[in-house]
Amino acid sequence: MLKFFFTRLLQAIPVLLVVITVTFFLVRLAPGGPFDAEKAVPPEVLKALEANYRLDLPVWQQYTSYVGDLVTGDFGPSFRYPGRSVNELIMAGLPASAELGLYALLVALVIGTLAGIIASLRPNTAQDYIPMSTAMIGICMPSFLLGPLLVLVFGIWLDWLPISGWGDMPGDKILPSITMGAGYAAYIARLSRGGMLEVLSQDYIRTARAKGLPERVIIFKHALRGGLIPVIAFLGPAFAGLLSGSFVVETIFQIPGLGRFFVQAAFNRDYTMIMGTTVFFAFLIVLFNLLSDVIAVWINPRLRHQAQGGH
Amino acid sequence: MALLKVTNLKVWFHTRNGVVKAVDDVSFSVDAGQTLGIVGESGSGKSVCCYSLVDLIPKPPGKIEGGTALFNGEDLLTCSAQRMGEIRGNDIAVIFQDPMTCLNPYLTVGEQLIEPLLYHRGIKRPEARLQAIDILNEVGITNPERRFNSYPHELSGGMRQRVMIAMALIAEPKLIICDEPTTALDVTIQAQILKLLRELQQKRQVAVIFITHDLAVVSEVANDVLVMKNGKVVERGTTAELFANPKEEYTQKLIAAIPSGVKPLTESVPKATPLLEVNHLRTWFRDYSVGLFSSAALKLERNIKAVDDVSLTIQRREILGVVGESGSGKSTLGRAILGLAPRTAGQIIYDGQDITQYSARQMKPLRRKMQMIFQDPYASLNPRMTIFETLAEPLLVHGLANRKTVTAQVLELMDDVGLARAYIRKYPHEFSGGQRQRIAIGRAIATKPEFIVADEPVSALDVTIQAQILDLILELVNKHNLTMMFISHDLGVVRYIADRVLVLHRGKVEEQGITEELWAAPQADYTKKLLGAIPRFANAGM
Repeated sequence: MLKFFFTRLLQAIPVLLVVITVTFFLVRLAPGGPFDAEKAVPPEVLKALEANYRLDLPVWQQYTSYVGDLVTGDFGPSFRYPGRSVNELIMAGLPASAELGLYALLVALVIGTLAGIIASLRPNTAQDYIPMSTAMIGICMPSFLLGPLLVLVFGIWLDWLPISGWGDMPGDKILPSITMGAGYAAYIARLSRGGMLEVLSQDYIRTARAKGLPERVIIFKHALRGGLIPVIAFLGPAFAGLLSGSFVVETIFQIPGLGRFFVQAAFNRDYTMIMGTTVFFAFLIVLFNLLSDVIAVWINPRLRHQAQGGH
Repeated sequence: MALLKVTNLKVWFHTRNGVVKAVDDVSFSVDAGQTLGIVGESGSGKSVCCYSLVDLIPKPPGKIEGGTALFNGEDLLTCSAQRMGEIRGNDIAVIFQDPMTCLNPYLTVGEQLIEPLLYHRGIKRPEARLQAIDILNEVGITNPERRFNSYPHELSGGMRQRVMIAMALIAEPKLIICDEPTTALDVTIQAQILKLLRELQQKRQVAVIFITHDLAVVSEVANDVLVMKNGKVVERGTTAELFANPKEEYTQKLIAAIPSGVKPLTESVPKATPLLEVNHLRTWFRDYSVGLFSSAALKLERNIKAVDDVSLTIQRREILGVVGESGSGKSTLGRAILGLAPRTAGQIIYDGQDITQYSARQMKPLRRKMQMIFQDPYASLNPRMTIFETLAEPLLVHGLANRKTVTAQVLELMDDVGLARAYIRKYPHEFSGGQRQRIAIGRAIATKPEFIVADEPVSALDVTIQAQILDLILELVNKHNLTMMFISHDLGVVRYIADRVLVLHRGKVEEQGITEELWAAPQADYTKKLLGAIPRFANAGM
């Protein structure tokens, strides 16, 4: 298992390197620069700025020195927030985003798998159609629509929950978590329904029935593990996406998270910030994909065996 | 009183295309300690009939339309779901056909084994474990303490079927329904499993319903036999009576369809012209579980030797039968000869040319002359191509027909393989298994080949269809002067069709010789074991 883990970890290095390289050159290819402003900057100031941020060096030297800094974990200084490093900015936004992501994931997992399992037990009946059409709506509904709707209903009409903020008032974390988790819940519901339906039609489920096992044992002990494998594969990228924050949800609910940095950095041509957020996101994706693979292997005795190097 | 008495059972499936009467007015009974064999071809309703007794058919579309099934005086068809759960856990057990798919791959063998005890008897885990180990021992699993913690994929097919049997026995049921319990197994394993079932049945005095398509197996195990066709009972009787004196035409046809006897020697085999010569052929596959950095010697030793030093010759117009159990390398051998599997070493001489090192371009003219027929006519035909397209493709690719003549040639081919001309625009799913195999054969002979490798061409087919396809193959071999390598695990089939036989075991040739000589006096121990394991009619002296 350890060997499997480390081999996969080594394979992640070239993936990250490709991401870094492609983003590095793409942002520099895009027209405009970090210090373009409506008012012309005096040439000597511009020169000093460029020297300060090493923009006066040839591009390949910028690249090598940037990669060199990255290896030590340094994302460099931000171009638009003078005096602050990209590391600081990310660390400032990460806690709120990570917390929101975690809650959203919990919402998605609990609602999604339950709905999926319930739907799969009686396919093509109301018990299937109702959760599944709700899920379809959930997938189609963008969070900039769902968020304000929830605010309107629960925040204003019913006045049960605060309409914005993060950690300022009790219960203000509920609406953003649901807004962010809903789409994922819908997706997970569809995946787990599909997975469960597939497993429930397997011969070994018939064997379990033939042994006269109670229905709950058949579902939770015999079917669930195999049925949730597609969900686990989906969780890796989903979790990375949730953790790195959402511009829309964070803006609607005024949450000091990471999401806004992604968007602002691109608008501002803040090269190091774009690089920092992209690399950070790529790193999360790689990491959580690896984790979900490890879980998938660990759940499936067949793969577990291969990973341990037996036959 | 009979343990189980089924009267006028009717199970219908209400599908979109109308009602299918899967079981139509079937009655039978089984006594304790007795075995009832239910025989029929696929679609005869034999499995549905038994599954409906324990509520294992999909409902809907299935529905029990009538009848009673008294088990110890209690009607199985009307009892509550909860009561059915108790009956399934305590009194009636089922052994399914395919041990590969019928065990849960995510749970250990032991866990699956003790479930009836945990959920029906309220026995605690440690004690259940001891009982499970006892029963694993009883069904002949060596080292049961260790196997208790194994996962199904760590066991061979035969061992998994033993686990299935143990699982059926552990709750000490009064009735066991066996649905083709040995069909997926090799013949030597089948013999062991049948023996085991017989012994256990005598020891425990359970009643058994044995569902199979294989008449020879039924004649070995059953006291009484029920022959089913299209959901109805065709004939019933004691085993001895029914096989000695079958009254109904269908039963006679079934018995006659079992490949028996030997092919008469084709006298016109000119000795001196071998079409194909294979010398010391090896196909080894790397075992990827060996670490990347292991020594070369370990890698070599751990290679999977699918074909290991096989030499053979096939004369023109000869049918060479290749027999072996699963994993013996017989399919790989056939593929390696045609260049469809890698060759590690050895030499292949086809019609005087050494084709071992031929490039794809050099092979192309030969491809036309060397064809293959695959086992599964369901998987080997492209579902999106009509018969016309399937048969026309090889003709056009090899330039044997042009746009004008191709229809006529395809129709001729269809005549050859016995397909009605009217079917020319139909798709594979509109055909039965036998018809599909005819299409596959038509495709193989389309290019007027000299040499055909037929890999288990009849093993997916019912016995009466199998007989028809075998006769078709023999007819085509004579008509088109074909030379054939006929691969099969079924010794009866090989004896029926092959001039000479080669016995393969673990990638090596155990023995080869003229079919009848080999049957009469097998030399190798393995061949003797293989021939001894074939189920025979107890009374019919096959």
